[in-house]
Amino acid sequence: MSATTAPSPADRRREGVLRRSRELAPQFADGLGLTLAIAAATTLGKLVVPIAVQQTIDTGVLADGGPDVGRVVLICALAAAVLVVTSVTAWVVNVRLFRATEAGLANLRTRAFRHVHDLSVLTQSGERRGSLVSRVTSDVDTISTFLQTGMLVLVLSLGQVVLATALMLVYSWQLALVVIGCFVPLVLARHQLQRPVARAYAAVRVRMGELLGAVSETVVGADVIRAHAASARSWRNVDAAVEAHRKQAVKAQVATAATFSTGVLVSGLVVALVIVVGTLLGVDDDITLGRLLAFLFLAQLWVGPVQAATEVLNELQNALAGWRRVVDLVDTPVVVPDPAPERVRELPAGPVEVRVEDVAYTYPGTDRVVLSGVDLHLPAGSRTAVVGETGSGKTTLARLVTRLVDPASGRVLLNGVDARDLPGRELHRRVVAVPQEGFLFDATVGDNVRRGRPGATDDDVTAAFADLGLTAWLEDLPEGLDTPVGQRGERLSAGERQLVALARAHLADPDLLVLDEATSSVDPATEVRLQRALEGVLSGRTSVAIAHRLSTAEAADTVVVVDSGRVVEVGPAAELAHAGGPYSRLHAAWTAQHS
Amino acid sequence: MSGTFVSGMRTLARGAREEPRLFGLAVVGSFVYGAGTAATGWLVGRTTERVVVPAVTGEGSVDTGDVWLAGATLMGVTLVTVVGILLRRIAAGATMYALQARYRRRLARRYLELPLSWHHAHPAGRLLATAGSDVEATWQAMAVLPFALGVVVLIAVAGVAMAAADPVLAAVGLLVLPALLAANVAYQRRMSPRVARVQQLRGEVSATAHESFEGALVVKTLGLGEEEVERFATDADRLRAANVAAGRTRGAFEPIIEALPSLGTLAVLAVGVARAAAGDVSVGDLVQIAYLLSLLAFPVRSFGWVLAELPRTVAGDARVQAVLREAATTPWGARDLPASQAPATVAATGLGYRHPEPAADPLAAQRRGPDAPARPARREARPALADVTLDVAPGTTVAVVGGTGAGKSTLAGLLVRLVDPTSGQVLLDGVDVRELAEGRVAGAAALVPQTTFVFDDTVRGNIALGLDSEEVPADRRVDDEDVWQALRLARAEDFVAALPHGLDELVGERGSTLSGGQRQRLALARALVRRPRLLVLDDATSALDPAVERAVLDGLADSGAGTTVVVVAYRPATIALADEVVHLERGRVVDRGPADEVAARDEGYRELVTAYARAARERGEAARGAGMA
Repeated sequence: MSATTAPSPADRRREGVLRRSRELAPQFADGLGLTLAIAAATTLGKLVVPIAVQQTIDTGVLADGGPDVGRVVLICALAAAVLVVTSVTAWVVNVRLFRATEAGLANLRTRAFRHVHDLSVLTQSGERRGSLVSRVTSDVDTISTFLQTGMLVLVLSLGQVVLATALMLVYSWQLALVVIGCFVPLVLARHQLQRPVARAYAAVRVRMGELLGAVSETVVGADVIRAHAASARSWRNVDAAVEAHRKQAVKAQVATAATFSTGVLVSGLVVALVIVVGTLLGVDDDITLGRLLAFLFLAQLWVGPVQAATEVLNELQNALAGWRRVVDLVDTPVVVPDPAPERVRELPAGPVEVRVEDVAYTYPGTDRVVLSGVDLHLPAGSRTAVVGETGSGKTTLARLVTRLVDPASGRVLLNGVDARDLPGRELHRRVVAVPQEGFLFDATVGDNVRRGRPGATDDDVTAAFADLGLTAWLEDLPEGLDTPVGQRGERLSAGERQLVALARAHLADPDLLVLDEATSSVDPATEVRLQRALEGVLSGRTSVAIAHRLSTAEAADTVVVVDSGRVVEVGPAAELAHAGGPYSRLHAAWTAQHS
Repeated sequence: MSGTFVSGMRTLARGAREEPRLFGLAVVGSFVYGAGTAATGWLVGRTTERVVVPAVTGEGSVDTGDVWLAGATLMGVTLVTVVGILLRRIAAGATMYALQARYRRRLARRYLELPLSWHHAHPAGRLLATAGSDVEATWQAMAVLPFALGVVVLIAVAGVAMAAADPVLAAVGLLVLPALLAANVAYQRRMSPRVARVQQLRGEVSATAHESFEGALVVKTLGLGEEEVERFATDADRLRAANVAAGRTRGAFEPIIEALPSLGTLAVLAVGVARAAAGDVSVGDLVQIAYLLSLLAFPVRSFGWVLAELPRTVAGDARVQAVLREAATTPWGARDLPASQAPATVAATGLGYRHPEPAADPLAAQRRGPDAPARPARREARPALADVTLDVAPGTTVAVVGGTGAGKSTLAGLLVRLVDPTSGQVLLDGVDVRELAEGRVAGAAALVPQTTFVFDDTVRGNIALGLDSEEVPADRRVDDEDVWQALRLARAEDFVAALPHGLDELVGERGSTLSGGQRQRLALARALVRRPRLLVLDDATSALDPAVERAVLDGLADSGAGTTVVVVAYRPATIALADEVVHLERGRVVDRGPADEVAARDEGYRELVTAYARAARERGEAARGAGMA
């Protein structure tokens, strides 16, 4: 529809979008030229009825010497044959289009999915997870809706309008001008009318997000709401959000209905004008009856496309918005990128030696300094514990060492190689972190542990639990390794989830293991047993344990004390305990509680 | 199909009864539209007959005024039709959205009423989808149903007009209708399983993405990215194949449904000429019938749209009704607790609890079909709690100690009636908590869980949870001073004061993110602001550093003169605050009594509580031994 105006910035943006689509999902373009050519030929079928009407009246019914039945039957038979052929080609176009677009969309989905995993862990926790999911599901679906119905309708409509107009000009240029004069302003006005509609629907989507947020609190926060009898607050919130969504949706509906009815109004006007002007022309013998009556059918070929244009423009808006969101995601720079091919280095085999050199870390996009001036050397095969108050930067230190984030300045060397020169996949096979919340997948205990080393047998998994002294726990499960853990592992307790996460990390057989409060929810007796088991398991590897229980610290060779983003003490626990520094204070508080 | 049709239409009829005014308006509008459209076709035929043919063929004299009058009449009918369309579209949309809103409110009410045991058996994501997309799916057909009803009127009026012009031609033309209907029914029959498969696979793609993103940290730390991409790509490819299969059917249907009315028009023309040759019809009659037929072509498709929506209506409604009709409720009693500021007494006798089995999706069985292999029978898990008896005297502190999975959190939840026991009872001030009226338990007792939910709200909103509302009686209303005092007691005052907007800072999903320790302190303040007479701390200080935990517990001890405390704990220092300890193991009470007495006779308890100290001692000895060697 925009072909009639000079390219606006929006059109140019659209072109950019198209080019990017070719790059992201080249399958879209597969055989597109041929598909469009067949589609163009298909539109010829639309002219069959108007031509048949004209011929029937002018050369059949009004034939000299009375109605010519044989001629009309022949015309109608021919017309029917053309209809059948174009119906078949229409089917061919549809199937070709579905094949190409679905292949492209599957590719796009997977590409966006991959990118989400490439993005920094921080970017992800910042953005709402639900919206990331909709990037690879509903946003891609809006694109597919447009490509498979909207785009085809657009192409066919355009062809239909062009052909209808050409035939009108052949039949009667005066009447053609009347029809064009009515519809073209409508098409242009539609373009304007469409904007408030699109805005209204954008607002509906925002309201819907708020509505789902309000409802999700009644589900996810059910325990808290019940514990504090706070349901009144929740249903007030839900009612307000539901009502806001309903009102906005009705508003959008009114805008759509108004836009749609202008189309009906104009097509009614066209029919009236064709009859009035046509008749007046006919009186002067400027048009035959058949041609005039054919115009009634030809004008209808404009109505469909004009009406559909609204819906299609709607879909186009949605598709562009969806597309933009997907592209924005795919184009979000990876904060922790894999090295350029020429920089790729291999991590030398064996236990990992870690050097942290003058490292500072700032939250991306803020000036919040989390760590600064950190220098550390962890020899290969050493066991280190990092302690410090909540918010001191312990977890960030763990993330730097495992390259979940990159330092703002300084560098982290693993076996002498800058961590930024190691491809993520190889790095994370050898350097494994166990976070506090050891996420479990909705599968069995065994399958979750197997994630640590794809292809491991049940015996390997059982052995991993045995190494950690967890055989008794495993045997107490209703179905042993085959026990399903539920969504997010919710059928296990927090402590049990940590046990599975530890077994998973152990099975991965890493050369550097970083435990970030990985046993915080486990009971003390089990933790102490685990600690002992780990001492055996960890021999020959380097390990770093972030801990708030000092029992962990005391088992390590070296304790690193972090305070307000700086390393303030490094040394063996036994020495630091009596050094009178920060560790002494932590140690005293701990001892007071545990004896 | 017919089952789907009947139950779908029944659901829509229910919706119409629930929003009678809006639905009625939409139907009236649609009738006006149907009658108006048919009138347009009839007028075109009559005008052709009386005005156009005589004027153009010159076989009669036609006044220019008559020509304009005919045009004006057509325009008038169009205006009426447009008013009908506006009314139909707006009212039909409003009906659909009103029904959506009505059912979303009902669902949210149910979610808030249903017992937590029910919540624990239903995945949150599915409940959310029910309130979102299932409600939408249920009522989508409502937007097209009035249109289809109007089209019935259109067909009836048009049929009469066509028959009046020429019954034979009308019969030929109207043959298109059964053909269209048959095409629609055949299409729906072929299409529904394909659409169902696409829906199911779309759900799987979404579930895989959701889970994978949720576990992103683990995926990254184990270098599982490629495996996850492969897993997702497999799902995405299955969805692709299903979409193409559905597209094949849809792609054939569209051209057929468009060609049928055109074929009908051609048939009318061919037969019409023969009838005209015999002198049975005029050109006007022929045009009227052909034109009416072309006017029907598009609206008749509305039947197909309704048919296409019905399976979604049925599926959506099944999920919605599964929640609304859920029999499980929290049966509140009628009793009140005597007004008191004194610490509460809490007791449990013969308490048992078994976790609910996860509920199946109401549609899953039907989707899997009867051939799907049943899940192998499970060995029944042991109960989370069995025969637990304890009593806590007012003003005392009891520590619940036990290993991982011993049932401590379950016990904590039972004491404040988050869930009801499978057997036995919980007595608060001597009254079975199930006999108390709604809100009474929460008014007297507060639980601080191990990990807590932070609402998408301000700090104040998260702590007051509605108690700051004007509607709350003045004696229970919470003001800023109360909130600050609770924060002070929970040792959260400093970090809240340091937030850019203080109490007005948005926390939760869209707001600033809090550390685990900060969340725990917020949850603690949330409980303390309610001045509970019974406070249950479920390992609620575990994410706090030892020094902070110490400060919080000391603060509680200083101000806790009016509170009975049940605390789930491991740390000896926490236990030292308790008057009595209860040792739980595998869901049973193995010992209870003063801490030193239990420690003296219960080896399992000793091992649990002194684990760290013993480990430290042994390490010390080992180090000394190594040093001497």
